[in-house]
Amino acid sequence: MEKRYIYADHAATTAVSDEVLKEMLPYFQEHFGNASSIYSKGRENERAILDARARIAKCLNADPKEIYFTAGGSESDNWAIKGSVDKLAAKGKKHIITTVFEHHAVLHTCEFLEKHGFEVTYLPVSPEGLINPEDVEKAIREDTALVTIMYANNEIGTIQPIPEIGEICRKHKVLFHTDAVQAIGNVPIDVKAQNIDMLSISGHKFHAPKGIGILYVKKGILLSNLIHGGGQESGKRAGTENVAGIIGIAKALELATENIPAKIAKLTPLRDKLIDGILKIDQTRLNGDREKRLCGNVNISIVGIEGESLLLMLDHYGIQASSGSACTSGSLDPSHVLLSLGLVHEVAHGSLRLSFGEEFTEQDADYILEVLPQIVNRLRSMSPMWETLTKQNKKLV
Amino acid sequence: MNYSEKVMDHFTNPRNVGEIPDADGIGEVGNAKCGDIMKMYLKIDGDTISDVKFKTFGCGAAIATSSMATEMIKGKTIDDALKLTNKAVMEALDGLPPVKVHCSVLAEEAVKAALTDYYTKQGVDAKLIVGEVPSCEECHEHD
Repeated sequence: MEKRYIYADHAATTAVSDEVLKEMLPYFQEHFGNASSIYSKGRENERAILDARARIAKCLNADPKEIYFTAGGSESDNWAIKGSVDKLAAKGKKHIITTVFEHHAVLHTCEFLEKHGFEVTYLPVSPEGLINPEDVEKAIREDTALVTIMYANNEIGTIQPIPEIGEICRKHKVLFHTDAVQAIGNVPIDVKAQNIDMLSISGHKFHAPKGIGILYVKKGILLSNLIHGGGQESGKRAGTENVAGIIGIAKALELATENIPAKIAKLTPLRDKLIDGILKIDQTRLNGDREKRLCGNVNISIVGIEGESLLLMLDHYGIQASSGSACTSGSLDPSHVLLSLGLVHEVAHGSLRLSFGEEFTEQDADYILEVLPQIVNRLRSMSPMWETLTKQNKKLV
Repeated sequence: MNYSEKVMDHFTNPRNVGEIPDADGIGEVGNAKCGDIMKMYLKIDGDTISDVKFKTFGCGAAIATSSMATEMIKGKTIDDALKLTNKAVMEALDGLPPVKVHCSVLAEEAVKAALTDYYTKQGVDAKLIVGEVPSCEECHEHD
C-alpha cells in the first residue's frame, strides 16, 4: 500500500488558496497604504475595503454597511453576544438562550455574562445532535435579550434548523445570533430569508488567512463598540484595517459560496462511503445525524481505543485528523459536544473527526478505509478495556 | 502536543506488549472514564522480575510510559522495581508535556499494583513492602 498524505482537518483550519493569495499579495507591498490617509495610496485602499465589504454583503444577501471585519470567529462571537446584550440589559433584558454544545467562544462568553448578572438557558440537544426549534420558543421569556445558536456544529457537523429558529426569534422580537463558522460555504446562507440578526464567520475555515473574520449585524441593532480609538468599522472597532486579510476573505467567501450545491453533490457520496466503511468496524457509532450534517464531516466513536493514540497512528500513515478525547483537548473530560449527545466518557474518548474539502478524492477515502481498521485492530489488541469488553461480551454502542 | 522522539519511538514500537498467561502478579490502574487504563503482568523468579508485559488503553504518552516502565524493570530485582519513580520514567523518555505527567504516575502505579498483587498472592501484607497504591480518583490531582 502506497502511503498517501491526507489533510482531513478542514474544520480546524484550511490553507490559503492560490486565488485568494494572488488577490492579497499586492496589499502587502505595492498597496500598503493606510485606508484612513487622504493621499491616493490611502484612498485606493479605502476603496478596496469598500469593494470587499460589498462583495461579502452580496454573498450573504446583506447590506455592505452591515458587514464588520474582525480578527476571526471567536472575536465575532464575543462581540455579537457581549455587544448586543450590553444595550438590552439597561432595559431589563438580562436573559440569554443558547445550547449546551456551542463552541467555547459562545459558551465561555455566556458563562462570563452569568457572572455579570445575566441568566443563561442552555438548551439540550437531541441524541442526533439537533436543536428543536420548539425548545427555543418555550425558553423565550419577557426578559430574553438574545438567542445564540450555532448554524452547524464544529465537531459533529450537524446542521441546525436556523431559518425556523430565526423566524421564532423574529416573532417574539428577540435578537438572534448564529455562529456560522463551520456552515459557511457548506450551506446556502441568506441572512434576510433566514431571519438572522447577527452572524459570525472565520476566514481560515474556507481558504482565507487566519486572523480575519466577519460579523454581520443587521441594520438597526445597537451594538457596543468593541475597540475604542479611530473611526474604522463605523467607529465600533478601531484600529488600522487588515487590508490584505479583508481582500482575502472577500475573495475566499465568493469562491466558497459560488457553487455550494456542486460541493455538496461531490462530497456527500464520499462522506457516506467513509461513514459506511468505518461503521463496518465492530463497536463503532456515528456521532450526529446522518442526513442533516455537513457534506465534509464524519465523526465516529470507536470503542476500546483512545482518540489521541488513534490520531498519532493515523498521522504515522499520513492522515491528519482530530478527536474529541480528553487527551487531545488538554483537559480531563472528553468533548462537551459528544457528552451532550448522551455518550458515556468511555465512548467519547475514542472519537475520530474527519473533515475534508473539495480536494478530497475517492482514493483518499479508500486509503482511510484501508488504514483505519488496521490501526483500530492494533490499538484494540493492546487495550485492556477492549479485552474486558470482549471477555464480558459487552457492547458499549 | 509536542512529544520527544523517544516518546514517539515507544508509542510507535512499544516494547513488551501483551499478556503473561501464568503471571505471578497483575496490576491494573486507571479507568476508562478518565481515558487511561494500564495493565501490567509480572513473572517473578526469586527476587528478580524475569518477564514483564503490558496492555494500555490511553493516549500516546500512556502507551509510551507503559512501554518505558516495562523496559526499566525487566530483569531487575523487585527492590529496584519498587524504586522506580514516575520522574525516572519521564526522564528516560526525554520528558513529557506538562498535561501528560499523570501518565508517568500511572506507569509507576501499575508496577506497584502488580507487585502488590504478587505479594498478596504470596500471603504477604503488600502494604508493608509496596506501600499504598493511589487509586485513579487521586490521579486528577496530578494535572
